[in-house]
Amino acid sequence: MKISLAPISYCWSKPNVEAFYQHVALSDIDTVYLGETVCSRRREVKFNDYLELANMLKSHGKHVVLSTMALIEAQSELNELKRAIDNGDFSIEANDMAAVHYAHQAKVPFVCGPTINNYNRTSLDLLHRKGMYRFVMPCELSQQWLSNVINYGGKPAFEIEVLGHGYMPLALSARCFTAKHYRLPKDKCQTICQRHSKGLLAQTQESQPLLRLNGIQTQSAAQVNLINQIPQMLDMGIDYWRISPNKLADITLGSDLAHALEQVKTDTLNKEALFTKQFNDNKSVSAASHHCNGYWLGLPGMDYVLESNPPRL
Amino acid sequence: MELLCPAGNIASLKAALNAGADAVYLGLKDDTNARSFAGLNFSPLQLAQATKLAHGQGRKVFLTLNTFPKPGQEHRWYQAVDLAAQLEMDALIVADLSLLDYAHQHYPHLTLHLSVQASATNLGALSFYKEAFNIERAVLPRVLSIKQVRDLAKVSPVELEVFAFGSLCIMAEGRCHLSSYVTGQSPNTGGSCSPANHVRWQDDGNDKLTRLNDVLIDKADISQQLGYPVVCKGRYIAEYDHDAKYLLESPTSLNTLSLLPQLAQAGIKSLKIEGRQRSPAYVSQVTQVWRSAIDTYFANPESFCEQPQWAQVLAKVSEGQITTLGAYERQWQ
Repeated sequence: MKISLAPISYCWSKPNVEAFYQHVALSDIDTVYLGETVCSRRREVKFNDYLELANMLKSHGKHVVLSTMALIEAQSELNELKRAIDNGDFSIEANDMAAVHYAHQAKVPFVCGPTINNYNRTSLDLLHRKGMYRFVMPCELSQQWLSNVINYGGKPAFEIEVLGHGYMPLALSARCFTAKHYRLPKDKCQTICQRHSKGLLAQTQESQPLLRLNGIQTQSAAQVNLINQIPQMLDMGIDYWRISPNKLADITLGSDLAHALEQVKTDTLNKEALFTKQFNDNKSVSAASHHCNGYWLGLPGMDYVLESNPPRL
Repeated sequence: MELLCPAGNIASLKAALNAGADAVYLGLKDDTNARSFAGLNFSPLQLAQATKLAHGQGRKVFLTLNTFPKPGQEHRWYQAVDLAAQLEMDALIVADLSLLDYAHQHYPHLTLHLSVQASATNLGALSFYKEAFNIERAVLPRVLSIKQVRDLAKVSPVELEVFAFGSLCIMAEGRCHLSSYVTGQSPNTGGSCSPANHVRWQDDGNDKLTRLNDVLIDKADISQQLGYPVVCKGRYIAEYDHDAKYLLESPTSLNTLSLLPQLAQAGIKSLKIEGRQRSPAYVSQVTQVWRSAIDTYFANPESFCEQPQWAQVLAKVSEGQITTLGAYERQWQ
């Protein structure tokens, strides 16, 4: 299993994005997804800038995939999508069926991102025949579901990636919730979402963190944390463990995990001990309110169940 | 222009047909459709009866198969496809690739409509489904502006169906996990959005609380009317703020009556009324209004104007008695 880094889902300034990927370049993270996936109004970092970053990361030995938009509504967005597909070098992450269509036509291999509805093996095999070489499991699905996909009809001919850490993409709308909050019309939004480097937290009237508003995207308030499940994923044969970044420390986490995965491969080190101890020693039960792992366990996505207290399934 | 109405049971089906629906859509009594509420939907026998009834009156009947089969259980959904073919139903409304493929391979003459759950909002996505499975029609998610609908209609390789009236889903359908994040049940896999068994109403002094799986979705003075607790229509407190607000959307319904001329001119093939979980009385009232509006428009397109009594009837059956144009109107976005 290797560590991958999802595209930045927030609107960061160009200097911040560039600084972020300079750090990534020096990390042990294997695969990097790059590009704007949420809103075409975000033009801080343009396509050519991403291409430059992609080449820089490639020169540092990273595998780079260009990520494309999830909700495509306008012809201009389709043109931008085709431009990404025709980059001549990198494969793409398709986050809408339009990307599947044009990538298939152009014979460009693609990864199916988490916002494409992949719910069974038959559909995944069909997409594989269209050029999908890897898929990222939709975040609402579980370990049991994934086991069924792997076991149904023999080992898949495509790779499997699971979001292991970060805020989860839960929904997409035409409406920009950040602009709405600031009483700005979407067409004159001033890219106000830049104010919130990890989205705008929405809590219930009982102060329970629930959602994270990121422009037209709604994310989970809690970060999914599947570090404890890494040994299980190794046994299942999962190919990539994805981190959705919201801060520089996520690069360190990715590097440390990549290093630990190497150790498990080469040493006789007990993988359960390594992953649960090394990465979770500092996490107290109070951390539960900021983390979740419910989906993986077949529970409501927002739930967090510590390993010492497994759910009754 | 077709008027397509919901039928949660035989009584609603009859109400829709009597009120002038051109076609009805319905689902089987299991997890093959995303409205699997108790007491709703059709057994295979009732499906046969419904098809006979609709065909007897020269109307069409579509089977909704808009969930995504679980791995290894595709065959249960395939059986529903077989049944629809056997009954000679007029179309299948499908989102999942495996089902589209099965139906296309086994019953090339069975008409396929792409369900809104497939979340196809652009030419590229529609072209994919047309080329791969020869779909005839697509239902557009409620995220496009009227200009975007018009632009897409000009180039679309398939007929387009839009939501005309009913509960306003503000997210790109089929790509929303808010309900499963809170309850664990996903509309995509056969659950429903905000399943009723997770909903709890609570009195708390002068306040009334609505909860979804114990998460407080809304709180209001006991005199106020609270909406059904869906996550996207709750009142929450934003970071750096003190007051609870509708951060995503308030409880409202979609009503596009005023857009009827524009939708007709754009060449939209079908107007869909939402509400398979609603009563036969709702189906009857809404269908009558839209039948009347469509007929009035086509009788004399130049002088069409919305009649006040239509709006009155529709407002009464709307969520919070408020209606909106939703994403069709750019300002809303």
